[in-house]
Amino acid sequence: MPPEVDAEDNNCGAHEVTSSPTPPPLPPRRRQPSEGPVQVAPSQSKPTTALSSIDISTLSFPDGSRGTFSTSATRAVSTPNASGYVTPSRDAAAGSDLADSMSVMSFAPTMRPHGDLASLVAGGLNRKSRAWNLLRSQTETVPPFERIELGAAGGLDGFEREFDAIPDNATDDVRLAIFKSKMKHYMILSSAGKPIYSRHGDLSLINSYMGVVQTIISFYEGADNPLLGFTAGNARFVVFIEGPLYFVAISRLGESDSQLRSQLEALYMQILSTLTLPTLQKIFVHRPSTDLRKPLEGTESLLSSLADGFTKGSPSTLLGALECLRMRKSQRHAINNVFLKIRSEKLLYGLIVAGGRLVSVIRPRKHSLHPSDLQIIFNMLFESGGIKAGGGESWIPLCLPAFNNRGYLYMYVSFFDERPDTTFPSESSQEPGASDNDNNGYDGDDSKEEDEIALILISPDKESFYDLKEMRDKFAAQLTKTGYLSLIRSVAAEGRPKIQAIAPGTQISHFLYKSRANVQFCMSSLLEPHTAPSSSTATAAAASDTADKMLARRRLMTLYHELHAAMHAKHAHLKVLHAVREDAASLAWITPVFEFYCIAGPNVSRAAMAQGANRVIQWAKREEERLFIIGGGVF
Amino acid sequence: MADSNAPKPSSSVKLVLLGEAAVGKSSLVLRFVNNDFQENKEPTIGAAFLTQKCNLPTRTIKFEIWDTAGQERFASLAPMYYRNAQAALVVYDLTKPTSLIKAKHWVAELQRQASPGIVIALVGNKLDLTNDEAGAGGDAEDVGAEESGDARKISTEEAKTYAEEEGLLFFETSAKTGYHVTEVFTAIANAIPETSLKTARGPGAAHAASRTEEQRVNLNGPRDSNAKETCVC
Repeated sequence: MPPEVDAEDNNCGAHEVTSSPTPPPLPPRRRQPSEGPVQVAPSQSKPTTALSSIDISTLSFPDGSRGTFSTSATRAVSTPNASGYVTPSRDAAAGSDLADSMSVMSFAPTMRPHGDLASLVAGGLNRKSRAWNLLRSQTETVPPFERIELGAAGGLDGFEREFDAIPDNATDDVRLAIFKSKMKHYMILSSAGKPIYSRHGDLSLINSYMGVVQTIISFYEGADNPLLGFTAGNARFVVFIEGPLYFVAISRLGESDSQLRSQLEALYMQILSTLTLPTLQKIFVHRPSTDLRKPLEGTESLLSSLADGFTKGSPSTLLGALECLRMRKSQRHAINNVFLKIRSEKLLYGLIVAGGRLVSVIRPRKHSLHPSDLQIIFNMLFESGGIKAGGGESWIPLCLPAFNNRGYLYMYVSFFDERPDTTFPSESSQEPGASDNDNNGYDGDDSKEEDEIALILISPDKESFYDLKEMRDKFAAQLTKTGYLSLIRSVAAEGRPKIQAIAPGTQISHFLYKSRANVQFCMSSLLEPHTAPSSSTATAAAASDTADKMLARRRLMTLYHELHAAMHAKHAHLKVLHAVREDAASLAWITPVFEFYCIAGPNVSRAAMAQGANRVIQWAKREEERLFIIGGGVF
Repeated sequence: MADSNAPKPSSSVKLVLLGEAAVGKSSLVLRFVNNDFQENKEPTIGAAFLTQKCNLPTRTIKFEIWDTAGQERFASLAPMYYRNAQAALVVYDLTKPTSLIKAKHWVAELQRQASPGIVIALVGNKLDLTNDEAGAGGDAEDVGAEESGDARKISTEEAKTYAEEEGLLFFETSAKTGYHVTEVFTAIANAIPETSLKTARGPGAAHAASRTEEQRVNLNGPRDSNAKETCVC
């Protein structure tokens, strides 16, 4: 059979980079090339993929026939192979002309659908064999990530234990081993080398590392050549220096420097939100060796839930955008109006949030809300257990650094009672013994968070609690009377739209769509984890379910991070990127209006992806006023 | 018998919880309000506002509880919470000597700056970590971690003596087992003089403070007797 390269015309706009042939899929990126019975033939044509070169190899089947497959190729990338720290090369465009001129139709053996596969299986071909896998993968219905066996690939081995605490009672060696097995570390220290925060490990464990980190950073500081990051083994270290504070992120999850840096920046914002900038500066001006842990006491859990959000993979942080609850324009408008009508004079911002998604906002005309500020608030309310667990209403002084990093605002928070009949816990609704509300902290279980509806009222006046409480009571009564509260609750419980509902029949499995003008994004509901057939016994299923979900989410987000990094690499100016690898195909598309990222199974053709992308984008355009809050209630 | 069918008079009482971080203020409130307990509860941020009713034979008290965060950086906000409060719960951790020192500071601050008639209860929490039979209850597994089985660092006598000197109600409690938690709030409800309740309605009980001030002299009687009969020790 001749080697084939697929070269359909793309229909999704201008390409600076065209991409790999659709089937056959690329082999896993992080493995050594050509193991097993595959013979690597010399490359026959210049690769067209943005991500890797393709070598074509010929393979003999047991029945005597031969097939041609791409095999793993050396990556045309200079970054260390194992780190997963990928910056796709963008010099592949040269080959695109050649590719485009080739025939689409020459996919001889591998395009044959299921029937052929079945006979191969019946023939007792080793299921593990590369040939079988490659053949099986030719069906377009293979969902993304399906072909990765749990724990085996993607460098996510042991990810389900990532968030477990390091046991106190183990020996030092064991503790150290666990510490080192973590894929993600965040450390914060003062420029004097005093530890402030570490996601993993207690002081005795991390102290020496902090010393090393401080030495390395200050060496470069002294040389007037600040250290930004370095790679050691398969881990990427990124350093972020902000005044007297050093932030270090250590990642083996393949995020780019700028992505890690924005995560560190979010941790810095969290610290500012606790202390304000003047306080932070004052502390270190007077005593550079101050132990900042004391002033930050009690916020470790906020930093950790923020950090864990990044490690699990946060589309919101990746895109620097907010997610809203999808709702009819007229309904949102009506809620805004109720909100505005009962507004207290002392109110600065008013928000309704359902499970981390914004429902309604009212704000003064001259102030807008910054996503990084909302991230701090949402993390506090929905990710860390501190406020929810307390029950009742909360009154919280906090600084919103993007709004004003020099002073505190006061935030009134009240969660609407989960029981649909009562509007809020006051008067007679609660009696001792009624404890229907035990939560297990933050375990990444989405379904529970989706239902929680919080009202957030922010005022610059620290004495305005009772005013805002009164506003809340009126608001709750109004929302209940008009039925909007149950509406919000049911919409929130529905969850995110399924991709099949948006574009029926599409091959795309998941997408992110960011509206650049609104700084908001939407996405389809997360992929269902693909449980390995071997673990179908019901016993282990429940326990492994959360772990599977978490892993599936991380894989998805890792891919999005790579796409995002490639699109936003300095001087890249990419508009469209289509990438195929062994386990998934992905497409990114950026215009001045939106950023769009989507994932599909490894064998979905580029044309099919582009078509699906177009449909999703048209949907987003059509639904813009439902998906996004445009303006919000302004007073 | 005349009032047995009539609804009992109901009044609001503003109560504030103060004390060092991690002594169990929120856990006491959670036990009192929801009869619930959470291991390793995350620290309170700012302050939480909760309400709970307490039925006395002659009246109903509706507690409006301000559960404040214990961290040092929130200390400057405390006056906002104890201003006009008719009751305060100053909590310390029986197993942590510094927490009693902090509690004494709070008591002093309250006596200096809060409403003069304020009823203050000193509460030593985490009795389940000690060997006392009353509180240890069913929590042997936790206690077992301690070498001696008794993590108590502050003796009942020491705290009680101090409480008597200052005219405070005194209790040792366990939010974990629920031991003596409701009693604390009932005792406070009892200790609040009726006279100060009549005007103390709603959150903006501004004049309640001045009222109690006028009648300060009368308050000592019931408060002292109460302290004696409800003492844990």
